[in-house]
Amino acid sequence: MTSLMALVVGVLYAAAIYMMLRRSIVKLVIGLVLLSNAANLLIFTAAGLRRDAPPLVPDDAQMPAGLVADPLAQALILTAIVIGFGVLAFAVVLIRRAYEVVEADDMHQMRDTDT
Amino acid sequence: MNLLVILPILIPLAAGALSLLGRHSQRVQAALAVIGSVTLVASAVALLLATWEQGHIVSELGRWPAPFGIVLVSDLLAAIMVLLSAITGAATAFYSLGSISIAHRKGGYFPLMHLLLAGVNGAFLTGDIFNLYVWFEVMLVASFSLLILGGERAQMEGAIKYVTLNLVSSALFLSAVGLLYGLVGTLNMADIAVKLKEVDSGMTTVIAMLFMVAFGIKAAAFPFFFWLPASYHTPQVAVSALFAGLLTKVGVYALFRVFTLIFGMDDPLIRQVLLWGAGLTMVTGVLGAAAQFEFRRILSFHIVSQIGYMMMGLALASVSVLALAGGIFYIIHHIIVKANLFFVSGLVYRLRGSYELKQLGGLYRDKPWLALLFLIPALSLAGMPPLSGFFGKFIVIRGGVEAGAWALVAAALVVGLLTLYSMTKIWAEVFWKAAPENTPPAASGSNTLLYATVTGLALITVAIGLGAQPVLVLSQAAAEQLLDPSLYITAVLGEAP
Repeated sequence: MTSLMALVVGVLYAAAIYMMLRRSIVKLVIGLVLLSNAANLLIFTAAGLRRDAPPLVPDDAQMPAGLVADPLAQALILTAIVIGFGVLAFAVVLIRRAYEVVEADDMHQMRDTDT
Repeated sequence: MNLLVILPILIPLAAGALSLLGRHSQRVQAALAVIGSVTLVASAVALLLATWEQGHIVSELGRWPAPFGIVLVSDLLAAIMVLLSAITGAATAFYSLGSISIAHRKGGYFPLMHLLLAGVNGAFLTGDIFNLYVWFEVMLVASFSLLILGGERAQMEGAIKYVTLNLVSSALFLSAVGLLYGLVGTLNMADIAVKLKEVDSGMTTVIAMLFMVAFGIKAAAFPFFFWLPASYHTPQVAVSALFAGLLTKVGVYALFRVFTLIFGMDDPLIRQVLLWGAGLTMVTGVLGAAAQFEFRRILSFHIVSQIGYMMMGLALASVSVLALAGGIFYIIHHIIVKANLFFVSGLVYRLRGSYELKQLGGLYRDKPWLALLFLIPALSLAGMPPLSGFFGKFIVIRGGVEAGAWALVAAALVVGLLTLYSMTKIWAEVFWKAAPENTPPAASGSNTLLYATVTGLALITVAIGLGAQPVLVLSQAAAEQLLDPSLYITAVLGEAP
């Protein structure tokens, strides 16, 4: 399972970087979306995968019996998803505005500030 | 709960929230900007004094004991950084009151400014690596919005690069945090430092390098600096100054924190990467500036070049305490001076309507005081005694000599000379040469607040230069704290490691 997830994460990172290297700003944002998802899945996988073991504490116990899935990693991912959502929403609005003022979906026409 | 540590985050958060509620009233926003920034400075001074006395101040949020809950930790470096951010914030608030147009204020300028400061202070004070990521994002979102306020074409183009590179950096940071958590199973920085020593894994180096790249992008270090000169000259000048003073330094602070506390500088690979990074950052930055003829772009490239001096201090930390102290001294000097230079460029723009050196001139004759106010930070940046920059460079280079890093010392000296060249270029073009024909008449309106801000920061620069000894004592104490991570760990975890 872990190796499969590692493969998925790797492919997601690769796809994200490929998309970000394209000239189109829409593809750039798609790349950013993939990148943030890749990072989330990486946390999920790196923290250790454990199936069918929810982190629940029985009524009469102080701690869960046996090994359970790590809830902290999931909390981190939830936080990261919320932050990523907000930031990407901003990025989408930004490329829309940029498209309006530059009138092109092309990074190569956005080089005025580089030189 | 220790209120002193939380106030530098709470005050700007509250000011930002209230400012958002009162967004229809200019008077409320202005009052909040003044009250918020002045109380922030007061709380930062109180925090620094308390930290000086107690060493480390730790506050466990929600009374969850470390390492389970999130802790806020103030050591001397963090307290110094918070004070600098408060001073820059206050200067920006006053400058903005005199320079930001009503339209921009209605676009939410002041709430964003407060929130940016909250994010920056949070990043300085947190003792939890994931929390650091969250504060970075708070700071970034506020900075994105400030950057595009006004919506001109150049701003959009600059913002796309700025946003993309910063999001890539955040994703790398997050990946590194995830891998680190997988390795040691904790997020508390002190706890990570303890547990990582017991782990013997090649992953440690991978994670260290991921952090290095992620923070290197934020700090605009070589070879990740190109987003900075592409975007910092596009927004309102008050925003440029705030960014120039604070944002890259948050990246530098994160480097200082992570590579003294968590990874230590004993690893020769980390040291080599930092040494090369420092040297190349200095040189490329200053050469980039030499090719520029736009006021704010020259200054932007100099931010990059100066980051190199701070990294040099860190890179030599394991061999020379003095170098690290010099790096911290340099940060103190740099934040004040760099923000001030941007403020001066804004004043020049108000008077002449341009940032292009070719279209400027004759300001020495028209505004001799402004020329003097430019000279103080400019010569300080170049490292002229007795101004603050001289001591900053002197201490870092002295540390380099102690460590025997001759190539880096030579680079630092040459870069200092080239910085002087850049500053004299601005001086000659903007102030000394005759004004070109058809110079537009000075814009009407009072600039008193702007002059007051610039003068205040210039006085601080002079004060750091004349009172270099106390500042050096402070920096040295901060450096010694950083180099003995067990102090930090004991303060947070409450037991000897």
